[in-house]
Amino acid sequence: MSDAMLTPSSSEPILRIEGVYTNIAQYHILQGVDLVVPRGGVTMLLGRNGVGKTTTLRTVIGHWRAHQGRILFDGEDITKLPTPAIARLGIGFVPEDMGIFADLTVEENMILAAVSGPINSARLDWIFTAFPPLKTFWKSDAGTLSGGQKQMLSIARAMVEERKLYLIDEPTKGLAPAIISTMAKALKDLKDQGSSVLLVEQNFAVAKALGDSANVMDDGRMIWSGDMAELAHDATLQERLMGLSLEAH
Amino acid sequence: MSAAPEHAPTMARLSLSDRLAPHMPVLLVPLLALAGFVAIMNPASWLTLTVSGLAMGMMIFIMASGLTLVFGLMDVINFGHGAFVSVGAFVGISVLMLLGHMTSAPSLILNLAAVLLAVIGAMLATGAMGWAFEKIIVAPVYGHHLKQILVTMGGLIVVEQLIIVLWGPEEIYFNRPEALKGAITFAGAAIEKYRLVAVAVGLAVFAAMRWVLRGTKIGLIVRAGVENGEMVQALGYRLKLIFVGVFIAGSALAGLGGVMWALYQEVITAHMGNHAMILIFIVVIIGGLGSVEGCFIGALLVGLMQNYIAFLEPKAALISNIALMVTILMWRPMGMIPVVKAK
Repeated sequence: MSDAMLTPSSSEPILRIEGVYTNIAQYHILQGVDLVVPRGGVTMLLGRNGVGKTTTLRTVIGHWRAHQGRILFDGEDITKLPTPAIARLGIGFVPEDMGIFADLTVEENMILAAVSGPINSARLDWIFTAFPPLKTFWKSDAGTLSGGQKQMLSIARAMVEERKLYLIDEPTKGLAPAIISTMAKALKDLKDQGSSVLLVEQNFAVAKALGDSANVMDDGRMIWSGDMAELAHDATLQERLMGLSLEAH
Repeated sequence: MSAAPEHAPTMARLSLSDRLAPHMPVLLVPLLALAGFVAIMNPASWLTLTVSGLAMGMMIFIMASGLTLVFGLMDVINFGHGAFVSVGAFVGISVLMLLGHMTSAPSLILNLAAVLLAVIGAMLATGAMGWAFEKIIVAPVYGHHLKQILVTMGGLIVVEQLIIVLWGPEEIYFNRPEALKGAITFAGAAIEKYRLVAVAVGLAVFAAMRWVLRGTKIGLIVRAGVENGEMVQALGYRLKLIFVGVFIAGSALAGLGGVMWALYQEVITAHMGNHAMILIFIVVIIGGLGSVEGCFIGALLVGLMQNYIAFLEPKAALISNIALMVTILMWRPMGMIPVVKAK
């Protein structure tokens, strides 16, 4: 893994979202979101359902357009760039619905995700270690995989090349505890390598285990930003921000 | 937090019916040929009709393959696709007429060279026309099916009228190059040489398309784009460029199909593409929207069905393909090999 990519080149955050408003049809989903994702580590994006977490990620990758505000990635304004150009700057995206190409094999899904050339064999070995079923079903159609295996493929696809930032939307949603453990371990590996991750997660145990910093959204705005540890240990704060205590989970 | 236990799945052997199910569409072609053999009861007639049906199917496949890809990848219902068939036929046959000294010479090489030049001319013209058609007519109506139907039908009418302005309103009759005239006799059956050429060209086009789609990264992007274009873009691929490329390729293939169809019929009219659209749509629908393999099988079924029924019960030939479509859609409502999922 190249040190150049993983060593912070400056103190600038890898991603900075400033006053972003996003509308979907007549609905005003994001209403002035501010968010800073530092280089290295896992930044959690938390909040109840429907507060704008997924829309924030989709606005960063360019699937939705910000009507106001700006998004800076690695110092470059990407607010108006098309999605492919944003992705090629070094952003890996794992959508909430996984975005698996069901009619392609696992191998073809991975080849497609390796945008810059053939898959690096050492990196593929690492992925197989993290997600053994992908090796077992390498030649199988992705549509035949179980839900957990599809999620593994979705994350593996983002990991197949080094990215400057990973946007991951609810990777443990609806998965069995054993699969959640596998996911969490893979994301921990990613974090230990110095990668920058912006993670939307509803599983608070995973959020506590992985998160370095946390941002809580409500009604399309960021209502709290700080250390994940601080949030994890303050039940009153959790109750105030999200209407429930993390300790209950 | 501990990792999941070692993954060691048990692989169960599927039953015969489960293993056959994915291949059933492919098996339909020999099954239909077999049914035709039983119904016709005359091996020589059956062979002639089968080759004729396969040739017709191959030409329909060439014309339809671009449409199915355009629909699958771009979600565009292009009722103007027939315009490329007509333009391809007129440009190709015009080139052939210009090369009359080559087509009338008793030389296989000169004849084939003339046809090759005609095909290149037709594909270049329809490819360029496809590029303009996408930019001017289709691009403003992405995502709006009703508008797509209206503007592409409008585009078809405009192109047909332009053909009439440029080549005149009359039907144009012509002769095939010398080497493609006549028939060979095999097992007591007379088989037109041109039909064998059409089968060979159809197989070559299918093999080339399959190789591009299954064996190259561009093909991977196209197949993935048919399923989930948004995700393909999130991986970093400029899908709009691929869209335009596929539209151009699909238009050029329709142009090739137009030349082949014209050489088959030995007459061209401004409306020939429009007339072929009925068969093209049947093939695309029963094949499964977006599926090249489904389109290929569907075209062969349509070609064989048309020829067998026209021989056995000529009056029923008109409805035979509609009946085929109804039957297949009752069996597989999304077509034989659907790629585009219900939206």
